[in-house]
Amino acid sequence: MNAITKPRRRAVLGATLGAFTFGFHIPKASAQTAAAAAPTSPEVNAWVVVKPDDTVVIRIARSEMGQGTLTGLAQLVAEELECDWAKVTTEYPTPGQNLARGRVWGNMSTGGSRGIRESHEYVRKGGAAARMMLVQAAANAWRVPAGECTAAASVITHMPTRRTVTYGQVAEAAGRLSAPALAEVPLKASTDWKIAGQPVPRLDTRAKLNGSQVYGMDLKLPGMVNAAIRACPVFGGKVRAVDSTAAERMPGVKRVLRVGDYAVAVVADTWWRAKTALDAVTITWDEGEHATASSASFAEVMRAGLDAPQAAVGNQAGDARAAIAAAPRKVEAIYGVPHQNHACMEVMNATAVWTPERCEVWTPTQNGEAAHAAAAEAAGLPPARCEVHKIHLGGGFGRRGAVHDWVRQVVDLAKQMPGTPVKLLWTREEDMGQGRYHPVTMCKLTAGLDAQGNLSGLHMRISGQSIVAGIFPQNIRDGRDPVVFQGLNNAGGEADIGYGIPNLLIDHAMRNPHVPPGFWRGVNLNQNAIYLECFMDELAHAAGKDPLEFRRALMANYPKHLAVLNAVAARAGWGTPAPDVGGQRVFRGLCQTHGFGSYVAACAEVSVSDAGALKIHRIVAATDPGYAVNPQQITAQVEGSFVYGLSAALYGSCTVKDGRIEQTNFDSYPVMRMDAMPKVEAILMPSGGFWGGVGEPTIAVAAPAVLNAIFAATGKRIRQLPLQDADLRRT
Amino acid sequence: MAKLNVNGRTIEVEVEGDTPLLWVLREQLNLTGTKYGCGIAQCGACTVHVDGAATRSCSMPVSAFDENQKIVTIEGLSPDSSHPIQQAWLALDVPQCGFCQPGMIMAAAALVAATPRPTEAQIREEITNICRCGTYNRVIAGIQRATTGPGAAG
Repeated sequence: MNAITKPRRRAVLGATLGAFTFGFHIPKASAQTAAAAAPTSPEVNAWVVVKPDDTVVIRIARSEMGQGTLTGLAQLVAEELECDWAKVTTEYPTPGQNLARGRVWGNMSTGGSRGIRESHEYVRKGGAAARMMLVQAAANAWRVPAGECTAAASVITHMPTRRTVTYGQVAEAAGRLSAPALAEVPLKASTDWKIAGQPVPRLDTRAKLNGSQVYGMDLKLPGMVNAAIRACPVFGGKVRAVDSTAAERMPGVKRVLRVGDYAVAVVADTWWRAKTALDAVTITWDEGEHATASSASFAEVMRAGLDAPQAAVGNQAGDARAAIAAAPRKVEAIYGVPHQNHACMEVMNATAVWTPERCEVWTPTQNGEAAHAAAAEAAGLPPARCEVHKIHLGGGFGRRGAVHDWVRQVVDLAKQMPGTPVKLLWTREEDMGQGRYHPVTMCKLTAGLDAQGNLSGLHMRISGQSIVAGIFPQNIRDGRDPVVFQGLNNAGGEADIGYGIPNLLIDHAMRNPHVPPGFWRGVNLNQNAIYLECFMDELAHAAGKDPLEFRRALMANYPKHLAVLNAVAARAGWGTPAPDVGGQRVFRGLCQTHGFGSYVAACAEVSVSDAGALKIHRIVAATDPGYAVNPQQITAQVEGSFVYGLSAALYGSCTVKDGRIEQTNFDSYPVMRMDAMPKVEAILMPSGGFWGGVGEPTIAVAAPAVLNAIFAATGKRIRQLPLQDADLRRT
Repeated sequence: MAKLNVNGRTIEVEVEGDTPLLWVLREQLNLTGTKYGCGIAQCGACTVHVDGAATRSCSMPVSAFDENQKIVTIEGLSPDSSHPIQQAWLALDVPQCGFCQPGMIMAAAALVAATPRPTEAQIREEITNICRCGTYNRVIAGIQRATTGPGAAG
């Protein structure tokens, strides 16, 4: 009756991992799509399939990349569906099906911590509508009014006669009913939730314990060949010449192919042979106009932007320049945050089959619809003749969302080998050098303090890279990138500054290097929170005030910002000395921010040895996401966000020399390991009335809390990240 | 040609001798639970057991092995995910994206086999695998649960 229930690719199912045979690995989502094909497994509506055995298949439009959205969204649907949670499974509808059905599943993009906060209403209505149809089907069979029936745990009961029927028994009839108008579908109050709001275990854990979870890298199709690729290391450069004589003679090698005008790939029977042969290909590059660019040369450009007369205004109140000029005391500081790579554990990969009639792609993607559009464009086929099969991601963090460069590559390769499935897998080195990097920026902060040490004026001049200009240039208006001011707005939005500053100017001098930017978990909130919250700490000390009290004085009109800040201060014991650890004195730093709709704050406890060795002992972090759908998964996100945020603060830096990224692997691009991991105490304080995201906001408070604690410990302000480049010995 | 003992079975594979064990497992033996993460023994996603010791298979040529060395992959750790580490991981919902977890679980299983009651400091020192989602604190809690909690390994 619809695209999703069409039997497809059944022939390639049924392989078992662990068998010593050449088998076919098809990801679970596809397997379930095919399994749902039986006509006895009717769709009640787009979100809900109920099988005769009462198994409930909940369709998930967003992508699971570890953040737990698959479980959280299923909880929301199940809550309204009133089904038996123990019998819930999930599947991904495909982007092609979404297109064919008028985007019945809405937006598939999974970024900006918006999986739940932007789809909670329509997925709950989908569950509620399905429940109403199931109840109606039972009522029709019994010839009773639906109002006399109730539903709980997948059982419908006719209250007057106590007759019961299960969802599986009436699902087919329910699927034939017309859907209720969504405007008339009521939703439960969160206080009545039984499944949502509970710390239920994730639905996808078991397969991740024994190697059976199939990632894109693990995919195998019949007759598939493997490709390794090398793109010009200088962004914007091209292939000038290729000598593949030696490579073509190597075992297993099938083809040496160009990809666009900027990359070369070797296709072989196995990936290891393809990669080995690629190492034997001599490529001469035309490195283009950026061949001499460096981090140092770009820093000069950004530094000039700090004082440039032209800048786009993000937030303004009163007259900041005049107030600062008139202030008896002026404070100024310049901060900087470098490029960073997402470094997903699973490197970029995709598998594609192209024929003149059709193109299919299997890939881990945060945005199935964007992957589908990229595939169609690269395939030279109408979108209706293309399909993308989403696979669980081995990490996303923004790399697998907006730009699908690897999808275009694999389709380009598949197009050169019609009918043959081609799997493209990047090396880690390719992944490090061909990233879409966290933007590089600097910020000059200038403030005036009045005679009582109150903040009378603040000017934040951000200079540097715009992600939007790099990816969605059509969204730049009059040179202004609205996203660059994340966390610094004052519009009652999802990322507001949280301080009442009488004279305020926040502006951005856009300066774009040739290194392509990307949305990187936390996006612009990360550096903006560093700039503002470290400078707040500087101002408090300049005013001779306690950093907590200095902030509180500015937060009277921002009760939710203040509540999370107060919560971490209270839990951490702000105002009392931290106990020594291992003979080292321990110092605290505070910060707060608002982003992706949630209010967050952190207090870090650190020690710094005489030799300058930093140890982060404990993080207390508070989150007010409005509603909490799965508290234990939110805690996991908060803990993980400190690994991501502190990895960036401690080590994260992609530097440019001769136009290319210098870091090549985890030896030159270190990330946090277990030995450096602090204890994280997550305070979850949902206050209701709004829906905030949880995958990203606390990343932004990781670095400023630690930097402020380092100042408390050493008297040193570290204003340029990463910390590994800083000398932390006390002066 | 290489002769290997993998998950209790002796098998022969036709492959260049300098092929890393990781790629023999993944491409010749179809054991894709063991992951490629870095290729230079930095991240640990490729961790398997060789005679019980955690070994980063991406940097070991298959020619370094013979059928007398017992190689165990995540698929062979237990027949039904019943290893105490796997059970603790299930109880605490340790994995996020899960990509690094086969290596993490194999590293943890080797640690508790060698050190049945590791201290937190030992865990932090011995487990050097990279997880970008940031499961470290639950990994520590999982190892502690597996070794001291209900259903502890011993």
